[in-house]
Amino acid sequence: MNELVLIALSAILVNNFVLVQFLGLCPFMGVSKKIETAIGLSLATTFVLTIAAICSYLLQAYVLRPLDLEFLRTISFIVVIAVVVQFTEMLVNKTSPVLYRVLGIFLPLITTNCIVLGVALLNANRIEYGFVASSVNGFAAGLGFSLVLVLFAAMRERIALADVPKPFQGAAIGMITAGLMSLAFMGFSGLVKL
Amino acid sequence: MSMVLFAVITLTVLCLIFGAILGFAAVRFRVEGNPIVDQINSLLPQTQCGQCGYPGCRPYAEAIANGDKINKCPPGGEATIQALADLLDVEPEPLDAVEGEKPVQVAYIREDECIGCTKCIQACPVDAILGAARQMHTVIISECTGCDLCVEPCPVDCIEMRPVTGDLRSWSWQQPVGTPDLILIATDREIQA
Repeated sequence: MNELVLIALSAILVNNFVLVQFLGLCPFMGVSKKIETAIGLSLATTFVLTIAAICSYLLQAYVLRPLDLEFLRTISFIVVIAVVVQFTEMLVNKTSPVLYRVLGIFLPLITTNCIVLGVALLNANRIEYGFVASSVNGFAAGLGFSLVLVLFAAMRERIALADVPKPFQGAAIGMITAGLMSLAFMGFSGLVKL
Repeated sequence: MSMVLFAVITLTVLCLIFGAILGFAAVRFRVEGNPIVDQINSLLPQTQCGQCGYPGCRPYAEAIANGDKINKCPPGGEATIQALADLLDVEPEPLDAVEGEKPVQVAYIREDECIGCTKCIQACPVDAILGAARQMHTVIISECTGCDLCVEPCPVDCIEMRPVTGDLRSWSWQQPVGTPDLILIATDREIQA
């Protein structure tokens, strides 16, 4: 239990996937202009990351490792993640139109992102991670992504109203803000020793 | 060599299984939603004026999808009917109005008669009327769709519909959209987002 909390803390704060490991930067910069869309994307990402961690663990532990085919990790993880997310999208579309309207467009968008494959491969690299630890790591990676995305979107909404000098307007001030946030998150290193 | 073959076979089997799952899901979880409604709705002018007899553009789009006539939208005019006819592959019909298609017109407030009651502001579906209580109101011509919903509520009858003549003086460049430093009205912000 203690170890799971440490894994979660590490994925959310210390080794935050966006600001420390620099994965998933395109949705971080691209979908952070409005807080509502940022929340929608956060939910979708958390969902996809958890699913990806679970499926890739199952594939790794029950298919690839027994057959001694671990070099097929990358391609088979991509396939299994894409299929499961697509399947879930169909299921959600059928069962809950409201949820589909919130998550629908973001699900296929986030599936092909590097953060998803990154979580799956990083989990696979750590042989000591069992099923629960992998899932927790995936879920916590999603939480960490949500945290920084929503914080960043809130800041950008305020920056949009601020009097920014012309050379820094638009993406430039966004990059600077992201860099400063990343510096701030570096302060968490040393919080957890893993 | 056998290793490569083994890997290829494993991957093929995996992909076949996943393909079967997706194919099954596509049949089992098919949604009976009607995508044509969205396409029709995107062609309508979104003035939500209600002149078609439905409470807004989307309900009218649903009605068209269920077989209603395509010629009930005066703000859209001939162009919208033509686009709808192309989309639905039916014959374009003349606009369903008393005197056929009205000329393109905008509301005009005779400003010295306006008492500033704000009733027309509340009636305007596209927020094209500018003013405040007990202040004179005026119409933003470029925003007005000519739906004449503001004529009826005016207590002093100071609003009239005037035809817009397309001549050199009224012609203007199309407004640029989506540039970050040119947010003029709320719709620009929406387009940008």
